Amino acid sequence: MKAIKVLGSGCRSCELTARLVEEEARALGVDVSVEKVTDMAEIMAYGVLSTPGVVVDGQVVHAGGVPRHETVRDWLTAS
Amino acid sequence: MFRVFTWLADRLTFGVLGLDAATRSGSAVHFFIEDVTKIFALLVTVIFVMGLFRSALSPTRVRTYLEGRSRWAAYFMAVGLGAVTPFCSCSSVPLFIGFVEAGIPLGATMAFLIASPMINEVAVALLLTLLGWKLTALYVATGLVVGVLGGALIDGLGLERWVEDYVWKIRVGAAPTATGHRSMRARAVFAWGEVSEIVGRIWMYVLLGVGLGAALHGFVPEDFFARWAGAGNPLAVPLAVVAGVPMYANATGIVPVAEALLGKGVPVGTVLALMMSVVALSLPEMIILRKVLKARMLGVFAGYLALAFVTVGYLFNAIWL
Repeated sequence: MKAIKVLGSGCRSCELTARLVEEEARALGVDVSVEKVTDMAEIMAYGVLSTPGVVVDGQVVHAGGVPRHETVRDWLTAS
Repeated sequence: MFRVFTWLADRLTFGVLGLDAATRSGSAVHFFIEDVTKIFALLVTVIFVMGLFRSALSPTRVRTYLEGRSRWAAYFMAVGLGAVTPFCSCSSVPLFIGFVEAGIPLGATMAFLIASPMINEVAVALLLTLLGWKLTALYVATGLVVGVLGGALIDGLGLERWVEDYVWKIRVGAAPTATGHRSMRARAVFAWGEVSEIVGRIWMYVLLGVGLGAALHGFVPEDFFARWAGAGNPLAVPLAVVAGVPMYANATGIVPVAEALLGKGVPVGTVLALMMSVVALSLPEMIILRKVLKARMLGVFAGYLALAFVTVGYLFNAIWL
């Protein structure tokens, strides 16, 4: 199972990103846990300066703006 | 080059809809169609072209440029980079913490936060099309000066003590390495993504702004603003700044309104003051920044911007024409 964290202060783009990851995971049949991280100290600990940021299994893969569908699919299918 | 949009608006308003050019609704609808088509064509073009070039520029990169500069160099670079870096106000907090933690002076960080929403390629492109190059240059130069002076003031007053204490304690992790978009194809894909993301986010503001501009253009009597907000009323400038605070729009939405106001004889300085206030002095932005700044600091920040915009207004009302 992939542990995915969406970093962001609860803005619209962050909500969209979290929903996008969940939708893509369901479509691909990949088992994921999606967690929204809103605590600023925790977000900063990942070194992300622009939100929403995305962390897959502890690795920052994205910062700033809603990611593209294909990009999300790449994260979910990469092993 | 822009005549095609006038032609299109002529055909749709007077031909297809059968409205009369002399009537208020005809004039308003014509304004709306011409501006909407022009703005969207321009937005798509400009965002795409900028996207091709700046797929590499991110707040993380900006921080690297600013680190270890002398104070004044940092202010100028901060406003310059603020003008060209894509950045959404919902990222203000992480950006603020990340900059301050990296040792970038508080003033330079604030200068970046002032300049970034006020000056961007979309605003510049719109100003150029709708208001001409002189006003565009004026707007950009004023925005840069307000940013630099704001930064210098905040450092000069030593306002670090009014930053929330927890900010200084946060440990920022190593920045993730930016993914490069090297091939032309990858850049085009990125740029197209930017277009759909930005246009998707702001199209409503554009329609609202143009709608308001069209209503002003068509339905407000010619001398209404000239009488109430004209050069004869010394309170018009501060009122314009105050009126701008609750209005939250980005630069895209306010430019068509500015165009209509100028057309109605409102002086340049008053219109500039309103535009800057709407774009840079917004309540939602203040609420977001409250997470990292104490209320007193926000007071100084808002007070400085209001004073700066009023000064800009009076100054340009005095020297223009």
